Amino acid sequence: MNWSAFIVFVILFALVTVVGFWAARWRKADLTLLEEWGLAGRRFGSFITWFLIGGDLYTAYTFIAVPGLVYGAGVTGFFAVPYTIVVFPIMFVVMPRLWSVCQANGYVTPADFVRGRFDSRGLSLAIAITGILATLPYIALQLLGIQVVLEAMGVTGTGIMHDLPLIIAFGILAAYTYTSGLRAPATTAVIKDTLIYITVIVALIVIPARLGGFGHIFAVANTHLLAAPKPASIFLGPKGYWAFSTLALGSAFALLMYPHAITGVLASKGQTAIKRNAVFLPLYSILLLFIAMFGYFALAAGIHTKVSSLVVPLLLLKEFPSWFAGFAFAAIAIGALVPASIMSIAASNLWTRNIYKEYVNPTATTADESRVAKLVSLVVKLGAVIFVVALPLVYAINLQLLGGIWILQTLPAVMLGLYTRWFHRSALLIGWLVGMVIGTVMAASQGFVSIFPLQLGGLVLPVYAAVWATLANLLVSVVLTWIFNAVKMARGVDATTPAQYQDVAAGSIGA
Amino acid sequence: MDDKSLRPRSKQWYWLFLLPFIGTLWPPFYAHERPIVAGFPFLYWYLLVWVLLVGIISAIVFAITG
Repeated sequence: MNWSAFIVFVILFALVTVVGFWAARWRKADLTLLEEWGLAGRRFGSFITWFLIGGDLYTAYTFIAVPGLVYGAGVTGFFAVPYTIVVFPIMFVVMPRLWSVCQANGYVTPADFVRGRFDSRGLSLAIAITGILATLPYIALQLLGIQVVLEAMGVTGTGIMHDLPLIIAFGILAAYTYTSGLRAPATTAVIKDTLIYITVIVALIVIPARLGGFGHIFAVANTHLLAAPKPASIFLGPKGYWAFSTLALGSAFALLMYPHAITGVLASKGQTAIKRNAVFLPLYSILLLFIAMFGYFALAAGIHTKVSSLVVPLLLLKEFPSWFAGFAFAAIAIGALVPASIMSIAASNLWTRNIYKEYVNPTATTADESRVAKLVSLVVKLGAVIFVVALPLVYAINLQLLGGIWILQTLPAVMLGLYTRWFHRSALLIGWLVGMVIGTVMAASQGFVSIFPLQLGGLVLPVYAAVWATLANLLVSVVLTWIFNAVKMARGVDATTPAQYQDVAAGSIGA
Repeated sequence: MDDKSLRPRSKQWYWLFLLPFIGTLWPPFYAHERPIVAGFPFLYWYLLVWVLLVGIISAIVFAITG
């Protein structure tokens, strides 16, 4: 047991716990309203939104998985960089429209929007279920972040004792999310990012100097990668082009369709706050590029492990004094709590608004909604704990991979729906189903790998399965829309008006 | 687009956002080893520069269109 690391870790964890509970009183409002519990009253300015969305998108799983991927697969793992470059222009252009129409109509979830826009309960249900399914394994994987740092500190035991620290950590998280709602991740995200930035900056100053400089690190890493049983490289060859760019593009669009990303956006107080965030969020992408480099640092430092999730913890333990390793571990663990909290809130919002209120209790009051959402946020976290404790980890990893493919299938209805009502609601629903099936089959057929090599004539294109699935989805949606329109199938009534998508000039709302 | 008639001029600047897509999603542009800067092979510092550029492009569009 590494006591000095563990003590630093516990102190920082206690700080976050206090802040998480205190958050209920911050910008005090009636937390029995879902708007307040689940969206913090749509009042977050640019600054808090930056931490909230940053905390949302750059999760503990990112900090563990990306360097782990780079450690094993070399440059391929760096697709995360173009991914987090192109995601922000998309956010700048698209998300203010979504914010605006949701604010005008009191929509809390993307499925609320689809319900109003296309007048379709079925399509709305499909969007809600996809969102929940994609989010649950993601929450479970955040637990992995906590689990690996606990393990690295030597917090081990047998039977129930082995999982007890993890259960305590998630219990605390569940309690403060229950009482404070979205205010909890927003405030704790500030601590999380401070710790992460300090860790990465210190690592960048200390580690390359210890390992003989960046040039040497790249060279040694490349030697190790080439010599591996499954050879890889720090250089991207022509064979890797398609996978690299389609993973980046597909992931960027998928990210913005995730319920937790949309929750973060909708909680901001206006379009200006969202656009300003698109300008400043790339700061996290710089961080991400260097975090990905940790994979090469580990290779150069002579870290040997078959478990990719242990690459970063082992590197930190080897290169830092143990008290600072404890600091870095706290950064990772808290980096798991923030997104897990937002994700559980987003999933609860979907359940409450689009399943409970729609199908179970249509006369639910706003107080009922908030009560149900709070309870569901507990259920969701309990489910995540059971998932990680009781089932092999590979289940959660595979499901999270599928989640990325699935969530992209909501793009035609949600994102294109912001621009046009041309699509027929039934065509979108069938397109969604086709995309879900094709994407799942493609990934599963490769043994749960994101890249599917599709043979087109004499050409084999290894492309991100989510992109293939979305193309199929779009094709079906377009063709069926033509057909359904031709036979004059009912299109429903659009509850939104063109003016509600309008860009508001700076200063009018939420400057 | 629903709001094109309402704010026709400002949206044209959004076309600038095509640049990061072209610059970062076409690997033949940057999948090279050289020139090396501060120990970083080309691909790595090229992408780092694009992270900065995307922020600058967004800032310009934001400043002009609000």
